[in-house]
Amino acid sequence: MDLVLVNLIDGLVTGLLLFMLSAGLTLIFSMMGVLNFAHASFYMLGAYFAYQISIALGFWMGLLVAPLIVGVIGAGVERYGLRRVHQYGHVPELIFTFGLALLIEELVQFIWGKNQLPYQIPEVLNFTAFAISGNSIPAYKVFMIFISIAIFIGLLYVLTKTRVGMIIQAALSYPRTVEALGHNVPLIFMGVFGVGTALAGVAGVIAGPVLGTFPGMAFVLGSIVFVTIVIGGLGSLWGALVASLLIGWITTFAKSYNIRMEDILNGIGISTPENLGDSMFRDIWTVTSPQIADILPYILMVLILIFRPYGLFGNRDA
Amino acid sequence: MRKSIKLGLGAALALSVSTAAVFADNVKIAFIDPLSGPFASTGTNGLHQFEFAAETLVNAKGGVLGGDMFEILAFDNKISPKESLIQLQVAIDQGARYIVQGNSSGVANALTEAIDKHNRRNPDSQVLFLNYSAVDPALTNEKCNFWHFRFDPHVDMKMAALTDMIAENQDIKKVYVIGQDYSFGKAVADAAVSMLAEKRPDIEIVGNELHPIGKVKDFTPYSRKIVSSGADAVITGNWGADMLGLGKSILENGFEGPIFTYYAAADGITAAFGESGVDSLYLVAEGDDNPPPKPETQEYVKAFKAKYPDGNMSQTRITNVMQMLAQAIDAAGTATDVVKVATALEGMHFTDSLWSTEDMYMRPQDHQVIQDIHIFGHQPVAAPYDMDNSGYGLKVQYTVKDASADIATTCDMKRP
Repeated sequence: MDLVLVNLIDGLVTGLLLFMLSAGLTLIFSMMGVLNFAHASFYMLGAYFAYQISIALGFWMGLLVAPLIVGVIGAGVERYGLRRVHQYGHVPELIFTFGLALLIEELVQFIWGKNQLPYQIPEVLNFTAFAISGNSIPAYKVFMIFISIAIFIGLLYVLTKTRVGMIIQAALSYPRTVEALGHNVPLIFMGVFGVGTALAGVAGVIAGPVLGTFPGMAFVLGSIVFVTIVIGGLGSLWGALVASLLIGWITTFAKSYNIRMEDILNGIGISTPENLGDSMFRDIWTVTSPQIADILPYILMVLILIFRPYGLFGNRDA
Repeated sequence: MRKSIKLGLGAALALSVSTAAVFADNVKIAFIDPLSGPFASTGTNGLHQFEFAAETLVNAKGGVLGGDMFEILAFDNKISPKESLIQLQVAIDQGARYIVQGNSSGVANALTEAIDKHNRRNPDSQVLFLNYSAVDPALTNEKCNFWHFRFDPHVDMKMAALTDMIAENQDIKKVYVIGQDYSFGKAVADAAVSMLAEKRPDIEIVGNELHPIGKVKDFTPYSRKIVSSGADAVITGNWGADMLGLGKSILENGFEGPIFTYYAAADGITAAFGESGVDSLYLVAEGDDNPPPKPETQEYVKAFKAKYPDGNMSQTRITNVMQMLAQAIDAAGTATDVVKVATALEGMHFTDSLWSTEDMYMRPQDHQVIQDIHIFGHQPVAAPYDMDNSGYGLKVQYTVKDASADIATTCDMKRP
């Protein structure tokens, strides 16, 4: 029972981290109608910049400055890259972001090398916050939870309660009308892209010390972020949150408990074959949940696409 | 006019003959390992150690056969067995008679088979395979051949040393085994379980688990299981990002026992663990203490670090490969007749290692080097003997002399 609580916390951390990545991506998608393949690369840039800054000025300056730099780079990419490519349609946009992802990865390897970087948790947070029957919860994880929740609340407030948020939401749905009302829609787009990438940057800054800062970090997270926003519904902030938490908890619980396929199949009334070693279904019978934990979100995505193609919280016409 | 053409042709011919003569004096050694892609840093660091060893320990001391120089040719195999076979062919065409490779037993398995075939079909251009790091036991057992020599202790030998140390520690009652889901991870797990059962039947294996290789984003759930299993020690064969991710996660989540590893050092790992790994991380390998006791070895490491400030002296066996090859070539009196060189190499007793005062022995039955194996601890080490310039490095904690000298082999060597 205690382990359930620990797993809930662990899953929450994973889920919220995923949310910070997918929130930016889903905003950008609903705005421009284009999937930004380079989104996870901005997450990586966040971690690398923060590492570089933390050497000179400490972790907290890194947390403050690195997302800003990433956001500015993101805005620059939108202003001078995507906006020009936009007129040729969605496919060139996709290819552009895909190329950008490769370019950023090469650039990062060129500057920082291929090794894992010693980006560390700050000293002040390097202690055990509390322990549940021997399982310690590091203070850093609590910190991650608070940062993510603060960002979610802030984002929700700006989008729903402020004038800027209303203009953004209007621009997302009716850009021409908003433009006719005298608002600078391209500037809004650039701003949203910048904020979206800065969010990915924040995720990189706080995930770098725990998940590792290495050139493959964008690749490892890249695909799961897309899965998240597809499950949640493209363009929906709430959807992104729910899907992120769902994925965080599913994978954590699947890894924590050795649920064996054999038990499940026996449970639904199929008996284990006599000589399992020779059976052609041996691999299916011997699978355990930790082995397939990381593909469960993909299975979930396929099911969602079949039964609710617009995602959990998506609009039918999005 | 015609005369001048003849003259030119003659000059060209003479030139080509003389360049050929110059090249003929070089003993070409082909290094086939990853120099691009995710494992590039390990491969490149290995290449530097080979080049430095050839230059410092052989060429600077007058080379072999009274003046022939070692020349390292680098080939990038992108850690793919298929690519390695292509590079092997290119290397042989360029005149290499010695192939060195170490990263990935998958590659080594492919190379040893291909070299065996090549040598049977082409008696004029036979080559030797000097394996400095691929530790699949099969390479010196059922897949052994006359052309393959291994300078690193294999999985079972290392596990024998590790379990010797664990067996002596009465505080360890429960052990958790975790590794990457492929042949090496499985070999480590099998060896750990069977050897512990033999040496300390009272030790309980509280977990034996494999995880997908290179795909796990967050090791927290695994480390939760390890902590809640009540394990006193963890054994893992993980390497690269999987080693770092698993180790950091285990330590962060409150595990306090020792973590016994194969590869938890260098290539950024030592620096990333830093203070947190002290008294927790252990690593089994050949080599020597840091700083090394021999003054000439200290000089060697200093010179290496001066030339490659970002490099690590992480695979000490590389100097043994170069020195033993040089000694074998001198003993055989030829660098081109590799059968003679191989015959000189097998059964060789080698006493000049930089890293040991003990005698090393190339066991003729299976071409496996028998040497001391150490269990190192992750400890503060002063530069330049630290890893990743981090102030931390490897200190010897436990030594097995002539480790596994009598380990059984199923090798049935066919000699030409």
